[in-house]
Amino acid sequence: MGTGTRRETGEPEWVGLPGGLLTLRRLLLVIWTVLLTVATAVPLGLLAGPGWALFGVFWLVLLAWGWVLLGRNWRSWRYAERADDLLISRGVLWREQTVVPYGRMQLVEVTSGPLERRFGLASVQLHTAAAASDARIPGLVPAEAERLRDRLTALGEARSAGL
Amino acid sequence: MTTPGATPEPEAEAGAPVGREPAGAPGAERRLHVLTPLRRAWVPITATVGLVVQQGERAQEWVRSFPLGLRLLALAGLVLVFGSYGLLSWWFTHYSVTDTELRIRTGLLFRRTAHIRLDRIQAVDVTRPMLARVAGVAKLRIDVIGTEEKDELAFLSEPDAVALRAELLARAAGFAPAEAAGLGEAPQRELLRVPVRDLVVSMLLSLGVWAALAAGLVAPVVVWRLSDNLWASLAIVLPLLGAMWKGSMGRFLAEYDWTVAESPDGLRLDHGLLDREHETVPPGRVQTVRIVEPLLWRRRGWVRVELAVAGSKNGVLVPVATRAAAHAVIARVLPGADLAALAFSPSPRAGSRWVVPVWWKGYGLSVSEQLFAARHGRLCRRTEVVPHAKVQSVRLAQGPWERVWGVADLHLDTGANSTVTARLRGAAEAAALLDAQAVRSRTSRAASRPDRWMT
Repeated sequence: MGTGTRRETGEPEWVGLPGGLLTLRRLLLVIWTVLLTVATAVPLGLLAGPGWALFGVFWLVLLAWGWVLLGRNWRSWRYAERADDLLISRGVLWREQTVVPYGRMQLVEVTSGPLERRFGLASVQLHTAAAASDARIPGLVPAEAERLRDRLTALGEARSAGL
Repeated sequence: MTTPGATPEPEAEAGAPVGREPAGAPGAERRLHVLTPLRRAWVPITATVGLVVQQGERAQEWVRSFPLGLRLLALAGLVLVFGSYGLLSWWFTHYSVTDTELRIRTGLLFRRTAHIRLDRIQAVDVTRPMLARVAGVAKLRIDVIGTEEKDELAFLSEPDAVALRAELLARAAGFAPAEAAGLGEAPQRELLRVPVRDLVVSMLLSLGVWAALAAGLVAPVVVWRLSDNLWASLAIVLPLLGAMWKGSMGRFLAEYDWTVAESPDGLRLDHGLLDREHETVPPGRVQTVRIVEPLLWRRRGWVRVELAVAGSKNGVLVPVATRAAAHAVIARVLPGADLAALAFSPSPRAGSRWVVPVWWKGYGLSVSEQLFAARHGRLCRRTEVVPHAKVQSVRLAQGPWERVWGVADLHLDTGANSTVTARLRGAAEAAALLDAQAVRSRTSRAASRPDRWMT
């Protein structure tokens, strides 16, 4: 579980996401694949013979693959607060790194859906005047999300630059 | 340098219904031109008549079943109803200029008040469509991020529109209200005028125009052959003809007599043969500039310059000009920009040719003190230029295939919802650029002009 860093110069100090998001995503994956496995194996097994039920294994393979994939994706998400800008890095195959100067922030948004709330998660989204700057940090602990929001808003006000 | 009112205010654009008199408005309330109701009334009347015509036989039969007197009476009633609708909506539309805002109050049943902050003005356009020119009226549009179609002032009498534009710009520039009202039009200096001959030749040399013409001529024949159905071919041909018109004749009409002038309150663009348009872009509002060099223009050394202003529909800066002339105009738009001095470095050959075969040679990047310029395209070469001060966020993206070859893309997002992309840079170079660009965008913003440019 990470807390924000405030090193002002040099290499950014990256902070990863807390484990809650991974748990949530893996849980969803397990629920869906198990449901699909049952939905595939049971009718096939009853109607076409027990051997056909093995087709349900396909979903279990998918589960194993997705399990690893989700873990890698979750590990790839990280962010760093530097003196003047926020860095967000993500993606395993398609890597993307975003730099948003604090002065360019128009609005900071903390959102939390019903499922996320149950798992104690919240995501922070930054909006600049450019719609294309997609700066979102998902799956934060609400306290950290709020801390980040307050800090970003304060810094954004201090360095405000608008368009 | 701090900019007054640079922090976003949530109530800046609030459409809250206020009472009959907005509290504390120093500017007097004014109404639009008396001819405005005509425009508002015509839309519903033509819509009704169009509906009757389109319904065809049945509706006409139904109409014919009434005696002539009754029909005339109905028509008169229709005109009266819609005329009074137009009159009432005109009566209830007011605008006023306060120290910091332009307020537009509209609506008979659903009241709407738009407060447009003057220091956030991105552009001011005075448009005179052909019919309006005959009547001596003009439309005034103020571009602020988030403004809608209904926030334009249509119509004002021509002198009023020009005077209001001058006043708005003077106030936006930071002059005192009393001073601003009397300042009048800022003097302007002509930078460039596109000769009609050049415009015609440039359009004849555009592949896009020929493609539109060819599509417009070939498509009807093909559809006719394939379907034998008149209505189907008409349904397909009409939009095509529209596009063809827009791409050729419409473009000519819009870009006729294109004049670029400079004045203290910004860049002035005058153009149009039938519909005259007059755009003013205050200093420091241009987010990106794009230089387009179509294949057939290159021998003549011609370029087309497009610009992006946040919240504005204006897209063209110069329809056609020589490269030197275009660079001179761009240097006025982006102060300190020296485009001729930009040296483009190509993408690394080793990696790029496997990621984007052949076309990778078109990619180029140049970073100067003020500008970030990225080039792409081989046949039609496009160079996109963004001042560091206008960059909102920087993104580095790398797909799996790109990683194999050690290249990455750099995206610079700007406020006009345009993104300047430098494709296929070496991975190490791109990472260094990402950091350097963030620093540059921050520091050059601090040195740029304030929103109120005369303060």
